[in-house]
Amino acid sequence: MAATQVLKSEWTKIRSVSSTVWTLGLALVVTVGLGLLISILAKNDYDSLNAQDRRVFDPTFTSFAGTSLGQLAMIVFGVLVVSNEYSTGMIRTSLSAVPQRATFMASKVAVATLLALVVGLVTSFISFFLGQAMLGEHKALISDPGVLRAVIGGGLYMTLIAMFSMGVAMMLRSPMLSLGILMPFFFLISSILGNVSATKKIGRFLPDQAGSKIMQVKTPLDDDSPYGPWGGLAIMVLWVVVALIGGYALLKKRDA
Amino acid sequence: MIEAVGLTKRYGAKTAVYNLSFQVRPGTVTGFLGPNGSGKSTTMRMILGLDQPTTGQVTIGGYPYRKLPNAPRQVGALLDAKAVHGGRHARNHLLCLAQLSGIPARRVDEVLGVVGLQEVAKKRSKGFSLGMGQRLGIAAALLGDPQVLLFDEPVNGLDPEGILWVRNLMKSLAAEGRTVFVSSHLMSEMALTAEHLIVIGRGQLLADMSVKDFISHNSADFARVRTPEGDVQQREKLSAALSEAGGQVMPEQDGALRVTGLPLPRISDLAHDADVRVWELSPHQASLEEAYMRMTQGAVDYRSTVDQRAGLQQQLPPGAMPQQQMPVPGQGQPGWYAPPPPQQGGQPFAMPQGAPQGAPGAPGAPQGPPPGTPNPYAAAPPQAPASAPAPDMTKRDSEDPR
Repeated sequence: MAATQVLKSEWTKIRSVSSTVWTLGLALVVTVGLGLLISILAKNDYDSLNAQDRRVFDPTFTSFAGTSLGQLAMIVFGVLVVSNEYSTGMIRTSLSAVPQRATFMASKVAVATLLALVVGLVTSFISFFLGQAMLGEHKALISDPGVLRAVIGGGLYMTLIAMFSMGVAMMLRSPMLSLGILMPFFFLISSILGNVSATKKIGRFLPDQAGSKIMQVKTPLDDDSPYGPWGGLAIMVLWVVVALIGGYALLKKRDA
Repeated sequence: MIEAVGLTKRYGAKTAVYNLSFQVRPGTVTGFLGPNGSGKSTTMRMILGLDQPTTGQVTIGGYPYRKLPNAPRQVGALLDAKAVHGGRHARNHLLCLAQLSGIPARRVDEVLGVVGLQEVAKKRSKGFSLGMGQRLGIAAALLGDPQVLLFDEPVNGLDPEGILWVRNLMKSLAAEGRTVFVSSHLMSEMALTAEHLIVIGRGQLLADMSVKDFISHNSADFARVRTPEGDVQQREKLSAALSEAGGQVMPEQDGALRVTGLPLPRISDLAHDADVRVWELSPHQASLEEAYMRMTQGAVDYRSTVDQRAGLQQQLPPGAMPQQQMPVPGQGQPGWYAPPPPQQGGQPFAMPQGAPQGAPGAPGAPQGPPPGTPNPYAAAPPQAPASAPAPDMTKRDSEDPR
């Protein structure tokens, strides 16, 4: 069957459940809102910074501060898109209509990814411009070197987080289990591993730690990571590819 | 046509389906019967390529399902009525399935009309009753106008009107030359819907035959003969005569005789020759339900036991007598399902009887009781005993769907 038919059907599926609007809407509102708040705080705080801190102050990255929380809504989106097929039993109806597992999964991931990308980019640009407006004289311009890359990167980061969640949810199938692992991991564990000096060397290769590098324009003082912004994103892409391959292998092998 | 060859499915140590081979042919409704947990749904899932068989294979029109070109246009299936996203409304649920196989949206509204869900097309399926869910599932199966249809327990949760509708739908789909495969654990339902039966128990094939053959293979036809009450001599005389003629005679609780191996007219003749009056001579047939239960008796996985209520019983007030435990039929009594001898009336299950053996006139002609003897038709006018049972029998014959 034509892949366009499956794509069309997946689009109907994704737009006809309210969780899509809720999760993506929340991702946008939380990311933008928190970025706005942190930007205001950063502006008021700027005068108390010492010279060194002022030199590495990164207005672009500051306006993306909401991502750490907003990404959780993206995770929920990615998990639900896949696992609601399993939790409702719809997967059996879907797979008896699309017996080709590869077509089914590729279409599902493609549609959800495209949607996440659009929402991610919109979120990223709004976060940037609103955040910069709050930062006043300390703001960065979109035309500054590396800034456009960071803003687009913010959208890509959100998209990749959603894709990673889809892969994990495809492996675990249960929405509770998937969320129970992904949420604390990205909210707490990853940032602890990435900031504690003992685990830092490993922690910075975790998907979110590596991927978020793309949103930085100025390198923080204590940063000695062996990869640049695109290198970091590539590491994250690698994680996503592994998760999706794992999900596909299990989908193909397992009974539905 | 669906064809299974040596189909086996193991989940760990448990064998759900073992060495199952059968064919489901187009043009008839094929019933798929078995007790709970006998492997019906597993088999259905394997037909649809959802589960991979451990060994063996099953094909539809010669292809394994996963290789079937444009599967949704060829095969429609209702597996689980609740297998829908509750937050999606009915029309969108069908629309996303229709788009998969390039079916126009117009068809969605058509099938919604066919199953009678137009009113709730824009309602979330979360709020649907089981019956409405079944209708939605049937609509999904009909979407692609497929030649092969599978239904897993389609009448579960349907109201009588819905059951009748499903029954007629299956028959009309089969009459159009489609392959219709319907699973159920209700023999009585299948007897009315299906023409061919595949019966499994514990994952193994128990029977693969037409409903007609199933009846004649599995049901013991017998005749009930009742001699005048209180006249033991007459009864024994007739009993001896019938045995002599090659029939098997068993006494029943109410004093009647259960005779097998002799046609009704012959029994009548023998009684006449022996000069024994007969109050009742009626054909009986074990119902399909009985035959089915006898067949699957050894293959029932989940059997109820007597509720012991150990430690749960309420303290009796001092001096009170403990209540007599009444046995509940079917609980903790292995073999309860073996067909009981028919009670008065001889029809333990409300089942349509197959064509009664023997001449239809024969059973309805008991000799009129002589005046003065107590008789069951005492309230009726004198002629009534002779004629009353007769229309009853013929009526039942004419109502017979077959």
